[in-house]
Amino acid sequence: MIQGSNFAECHPVGFQFVMEAKLRGAKVIHIDPRFTRTSALADLHVPIRAGSDIALLGGLINYVLSEGKEFREYVVSYTNASSLISEDYVDTEDLDGVFSGWDDKSHTYDPVSWAYQDSESDGDGQGDGDGGGGERSAHGGEHQRETAGGDKYGSGGASVAEKPRRDPTLQDPRCVFQILKRHYARYTAEFVEEVAGIPQDTFFELARAITENSGRDRTTNWSYAVGWTQHSVGVQYIRAASILQTLLGNIGRPGGGIMALRGHASIQGSTDIPTLFNLLPGYLPMPAGERGGSLEDYIEPDAGKAGFWGDMPNYMTSLLKAWFGDAATAENEYGFDWLPRLSGDHNNYATVLDMAEGKVPGYIVAGENPAVGSANGRLQRKALEKAEWLVVRDLSCIETATFWKDSPEIETGEVRTEDIATEVFYVPAASHVEKDGTFTNTQRLLQYRHKAVEPPDDARSDLWFFYHLGRIIKERLADSDDPRDAPIKALTWDYATEGPSAEPVASDVLKEINGYGPDGELLTAYTQLRGDGSTRCGCWIYCGVFADGVNQAARRKPAREQDWVAAEWGWAWPANRRQLYNRASADPDGKPWSERKALIWWDGEKWTGHDVPDFPPTTAPDYVPPPDARAGKALAGDDPFIMQTDGKAWLFAPAGLVDGPLPTHYEPAETPFHNLLHPQHTSNPAAKLYEGPGNRHHPVGSTVFPFVLTTYRLTEHHTGGGMSRFVPYLAELQPEAFCEVSPELARERGLTHLGWATVVTARSAIELKVLVTERMQPLRIEGRETHQIGVPWHFGHNGLAIGDSANDLLSVTLDPNVDIQESKVLTCDIRPGRRPHGAGLRTLVEDYQRRAGLA
Amino acid sequence: MGVREFIELWPVVRQLRGSDPTARGDAARSAGSEHLRPRIAEADRVVRSICPYCAVGCGQRVFVKDEKVIQIEGDPDSPISLGKLCPKGAASQQYVSRPDRVTTVRYRRPGGTEWEELDLATAMEMIADRVLDTRRRTWQDTDENGQPLRRTMGIAHLGGATLDNEENYLIKKLYTALGAIQVENQARL
Repeated sequence: MIQGSNFAECHPVGFQFVMEAKLRGAKVIHIDPRFTRTSALADLHVPIRAGSDIALLGGLINYVLSEGKEFREYVVSYTNASSLISEDYVDTEDLDGVFSGWDDKSHTYDPVSWAYQDSESDGDGQGDGDGGGGERSAHGGEHQRETAGGDKYGSGGASVAEKPRRDPTLQDPRCVFQILKRHYARYTAEFVEEVAGIPQDTFFELARAITENSGRDRTTNWSYAVGWTQHSVGVQYIRAASILQTLLGNIGRPGGGIMALRGHASIQGSTDIPTLFNLLPGYLPMPAGERGGSLEDYIEPDAGKAGFWGDMPNYMTSLLKAWFGDAATAENEYGFDWLPRLSGDHNNYATVLDMAEGKVPGYIVAGENPAVGSANGRLQRKALEKAEWLVVRDLSCIETATFWKDSPEIETGEVRTEDIATEVFYVPAASHVEKDGTFTNTQRLLQYRHKAVEPPDDARSDLWFFYHLGRIIKERLADSDDPRDAPIKALTWDYATEGPSAEPVASDVLKEINGYGPDGELLTAYTQLRGDGSTRCGCWIYCGVFADGVNQAARRKPAREQDWVAAEWGWAWPANRRQLYNRASADPDGKPWSERKALIWWDGEKWTGHDVPDFPPTTAPDYVPPPDARAGKALAGDDPFIMQTDGKAWLFAPAGLVDGPLPTHYEPAETPFHNLLHPQHTSNPAAKLYEGPGNRHHPVGSTVFPFVLTTYRLTEHHTGGGMSRFVPYLAELQPEAFCEVSPELARERGLTHLGWATVVTARSAIELKVLVTERMQPLRIEGRETHQIGVPWHFGHNGLAIGDSANDLLSVTLDPNVDIQESKVLTCDIRPGRRPHGAGLRTLVEDYQRRAGLA
Repeated sequence: MGVREFIELWPVVRQLRGSDPTARGDAARSAGSEHLRPRIAEADRVVRSICPYCAVGCGQRVFVKDEKVIQIEGDPDSPISLGKLCPKGAASQQYVSRPDRVTTVRYRRPGGTEWEELDLATAMEMIADRVLDTRRRTWQDTDENGQPLRRTMGIAHLGGATLDNEENYLIKKLYTALGAIQVENQARL
């Protein structure tokens, strides 16, 4: 199943394995608003209305539950289906579209009523005991939403009561299984047809295909990309797929899973070692709120809880030791006090809104092009105009570097170059072949690149730039006695350098990330980390990348000399495991569910098999932890989900999400339709909208903006275009911006193939060449013909392949869990011909705003 | 050479009559092709790398001659890619080596209408000046209730998903020590 992804065009080389599977008999189904080359190569293409995926996935969940098609033994043993939820929990089905805990004033949830019923308190999870409700309440609600709550808990999600009350017969009306059944009962084939535009016959074909291909002998995989994440309910899309795949027993097993197809070379790595505001390396949360006091306050919610997240204090102390070295002592809590504290929403869109008001003087942009690549391009550029100084590191003068002389706002005459006070430094970057270093691919695989040549002229790696910037700053502050400078002075920064430009040695940095033991030896596994300051480790999940003193990420044993797991090519975190939660590939007794789907198993003494077991190696299948067991030792022998405090896959999320414990169908923030399921709440009530003059949203069902628009990528280009629009071969293959429309819409609006069209939203208007194609099909939604328009988003006006930027059309509308913008669905108008150039552009947009009641 | 021998030299005849019906082997050989040599045969060395575009992580072999990258090809050893590259990966030699790549520092002063040249070392000192000055001006020791903040909200960073793990590590480490918290990357895109 490929949904929310154009696998063949956006990850072409990975797609060879889909085709290989198809040759061996796998059935490939593509669910997508557009017919793409992925659809052409699939057995079945199912057109869907952009933004209605939870309706479809909920329909499939309902089919599985009402037909009894779940993998019962897996569900009972490995999921929280049998866990009982608090008596205070009330579902969206009984509250007109919100869950219990909703606060209409702050637009946030207090998740306390979603908790498990605690087996020890004999109550309903409201006690203050270990893992009780008190702690959750401290981490829920507005504060959690403001600090990107989902990630806030780190790898393991939120801690919960370790032993919820259970009903293994799944009959108790308060058990998760029964709550699921009730929650999805209205997601019928008729409902899916009305909302998503998928005919009932097709729906049943889909439902049969996935249920017949799941169970002991067979597994189904779901692959997705940003077609799922870039929604105001994006996290709940993934959750819906997780519920479905878990019910079918497709998690932790070969050929199963939910595969995120990520779009940047090291986007996984930049999450693991996060250049993200709310995280420290290894998904440790940044200190904030209740976790912003002492180190004790910080670790208290997780320390010792069942599962490997219970060892979080070891990971944190080892990180502080890696950063602050000998200056980090038990007496000063290893320098925890030096870390800055979060106090709210510091995501980049919030920062850009502040910058546009002159509140953020400095901006360093490294390998990203927000003037083209971020939602609401006009707002992005306005922020750049208001910054005092800007550093751009890239290989080309991208639009973010040249906004002051050639932005669309210069063209319209809204601003003059002379009036823009921003000081701009373009500092050229080295390419991937001009530096050593690791990328982490979409499968958590670290692969080391070796430097081939020196970078030309002033071009330098970002390792060089940030190392030398840090070195200069440390030199300047060497004599400071200001307490605020203490962490800079304590920071370990003595990296060896080499070559003509004094390049830091990348493998030395990777060794620091891997970590060192008490005697300075390289560590081999994160289980060696200690909380007493004796170990240092820059990112606990990467501990082992230098196991046995060998750069494991640089291993390149040819594929033909290995089995299908290919465990000796690169290194996958954690512990070189290629498939997470693979304990679930064996049954509760430790035997593979079937020979055909064997991955790891219990051999009587230990776990063994084709992959590295993702389980304590000698914990027997029948192990029951004693009451005082902690962390990994508190996992039972049949608890495959080792990062969860209850060891089970969460069909229902009793904590950790800010917009509800179960995925619910909401319309996108901009939609032609009211919510058929919950008329009182059209779109995700917890979504972040940042409504303001520069960020207007279209009214629901607006006749001024009647069409659905979705953005997408092309094979020949990459993201904001900095790495592709300047490359002649690629520019020749895909030279200019365009839109895809159906023949029906072309007739309705007078658009001609290869002619021009202007697409308008309340944010801006852009002109595009028109591609009239039957690949875009009108869908019947709630009885009305609905048109969708596809627009690639790579383009800008620098480089060789040029055009207006699709992101100028977008508003900033964010998923409340992870602050990802809703760029896969919005509404718009389309008209034939070019847009006005010069001052007329704003007049056109303002006219639309007025007609839509937004002026 | 007789007519029959001449005809039998034609590739199409050899393709139809010989053991190479797809004409990707012997049937395509000619006196001319015998002397063709791939560019990569002249390389001084081959360096193993990974494609910089999407997150599949295809293996690349980088061919270097006279300290220039002359070709980048797929790595047949890689279990991830089995030697293949997509159009972007296959064009990456041009991405690295194109003549219009901007490889020197450019500086635009406030209100300036054109780029100016600037020495790299000077640029680094100027950027350090601005980081420290902005940090000093925008420092927040505590919030209104006296709770510790120890940070600056005056310096923001964007970008990381196209960078290396080692680079992201130094970025996060340096900014955190400086107290700059608005550090973000493409992972939210």
